[in-house]
Amino acid sequence: MNGIHPTPELALVAGLAGMAALCAVGVVAFSNAIRSALCLVMNFFLLAVLYFTLGAETVGITQVVVYTGAIMVLFLFVIMLLNIGSPSATREEQDWKRPVGILLGMALFVLVGSQILPGLISVTQPGTPDVYGQPQSIGRAIFSLYVVPFEAVSVLLMVGIVGSILLAKRKF
Amino acid sequence: MVRLRGAEKVKSTPQVVEWFLSLHPFWQALVRVLLWIGPLFLILPVLIWFERRLLAWFQDRIGPNRVGTITFSKRNEKLPSFLRGRKISLFGLMQSFADITKAMLKEDITPTAVDKFLFVIAPGLFLFPAFLLGATVPWGPIRALTPVADINIGVLFLLAASSLGVYGVVLAGYSSNNKYSLLGGLRSTAQLISYELSMTVSLAGIALATGDLKFTRFVEAQQQGLWGFDSGLANWFIFTPYGFVAAIVFGICMIAETNRPPFDLPEAENELVAGYNTEYTAKKWVLFMMGEYLGMLTYSAVFATVFLGGWHIVPIRWDWVAEHIPALAWPANAFAALEANFAPIWFLLKMSVGICIYIWIRATLPRLRYDQLMNLGWRTLLPIATTNLIVIATWMVVSRVWGAWAGVLAFAISAGLAYVLYRSVNKLAPGQKGNFESRTITMVEPEVVV
Repeated sequence: MNGIHPTPELALVAGLAGMAALCAVGVVAFSNAIRSALCLVMNFFLLAVLYFTLGAETVGITQVVVYTGAIMVLFLFVIMLLNIGSPSATREEQDWKRPVGILLGMALFVLVGSQILPGLISVTQPGTPDVYGQPQSIGRAIFSLYVVPFEAVSVLLMVGIVGSILLAKRKF
Repeated sequence: MVRLRGAEKVKSTPQVVEWFLSLHPFWQALVRVLLWIGPLFLILPVLIWFERRLLAWFQDRIGPNRVGTITFSKRNEKLPSFLRGRKISLFGLMQSFADITKAMLKEDITPTAVDKFLFVIAPGLFLFPAFLLGATVPWGPIRALTPVADINIGVLFLLAASSLGVYGVVLAGYSSNNKYSLLGGLRSTAQLISYELSMTVSLAGIALATGDLKFTRFVEAQQQGLWGFDSGLANWFIFTPYGFVAAIVFGICMIAETNRPPFDLPEAENELVAGYNTEYTAKKWVLFMMGEYLGMLTYSAVFATVFLGGWHIVPIRWDWVAEHIPALAWPANAFAALEANFAPIWFLLKMSVGICIYIWIRATLPRLRYDQLMNLGWRTLLPIATTNLIVIATWMVVSRVWGAWAGVLAFAISAGLAYVLYRSVNKLAPGQKGNFESRTITMVEPEVVV
């Protein structure tokens, strides 16, 4: 732990990250579906605040608009409509699925961690380059370097929308 | 307003600004937050009284005009003579305090079958985005004091905060364990998600015209010449054709986002008792109302900033006038100083424009049906806003390449093209009903029985 100084920025990032991790645990620990979904909302929101503290405001705001504001609202919508809030409805049986699930989860953790953690070993302070995550740099990247993938994705979304209209309008 | 006046004193003495900037960033941020939240809280009771009075006038009533009237005794010897028998009227200004006292002293009932934790935090979650919304809106020229955070994604921040507003309503509806509340919450979700889109697209057009996402830059862009011409008139977006369309779309969306009539379907009392806040009483209900009125205030502030030129008083560029008409240089400079020194007052006046529109529309229009609401959002506002975005893009590109006149010409052509396209699409799909069923009421003179 040499080289790490307890600065306020570090404390802030550590606190937010710890809370986000707790919320992430809460997502799987709660037996009530609504509580789990709310934990996920909190997790997304705290992640957005983390991005804010790092100066990547565009990434943070996208996180809030897309995940917290749209996707999780739809999650809650579905949970409420199906009314699966009661714990008894979601209880699982004790069988071989549980140990296998734990094993696979650990394997995934090791896989992801082995890719991400080595880059973080020498990092002692939170921080990003000045232009990182600014709207200007993101816009420039999207419309110059990644313009073809960007347009391809928009066409893909268009196809998805047209397809969903086709499915919804079909006469049975 | 007390805090805002303090801000002007700071403006007139730069040393104070320097001292303020030398403070720790934490204290600076705290002062900025208080300078935004404090006045909002002070305006809130006046706003409630104002709404009730204005509604009463619209409906040919008198409205609350009594509370706070002090009548002094005629005979009491202890009173000074000039007060004896006098009546001091406050036009009912104390009504809000009476209302709040009543709500605070009421019994706070929590029904047995509710989800207690969510039931208690839901009003707080409703209030949170209402406070968050205005964090990027500037109310004056001093960058040290306003806005709370001049981040370079100001508009997106507003949209993100408003998208969080749905959680309070949804969770209140769910945790109440009441079918009516749940229905209110679900309706609110659908409504907020639908209208957020049109709002985003209308603001995106303005961001395109400005070339930035900061609200402070929006205000600066509105001090350029009108329509791109070099003249003494300021380019307030409400006076540009595209900005006018965007302002109407944004205005409708901001009423829908705050759940105000005629978009108050989540609390439609003829269908849902009181919708998501059916089970709420006393203080928690007050929090919901407070969130709604704070949302009104903040959206009015945003409307004033984006379309009405921010904290400037009139759409005239004083610096241009002072430069080009030497005879008017002195009054122009005086007006410019007046504008900058009393900026919060002008900003407040412009906020009241938005608030009056809110109340006016509430008094005029009946509540929409659910299908009308969805049709208006998806089939009317979204296409209009998207077309507007394309037209703005055309104008901006052409006026930057070939100058202001070409820009206006390109706008006229593209707007005409859009209209022709709309008509021909309507022609191609005959048998399609319009988005609204028209209903007429024939007013009949009542027969007078003698």
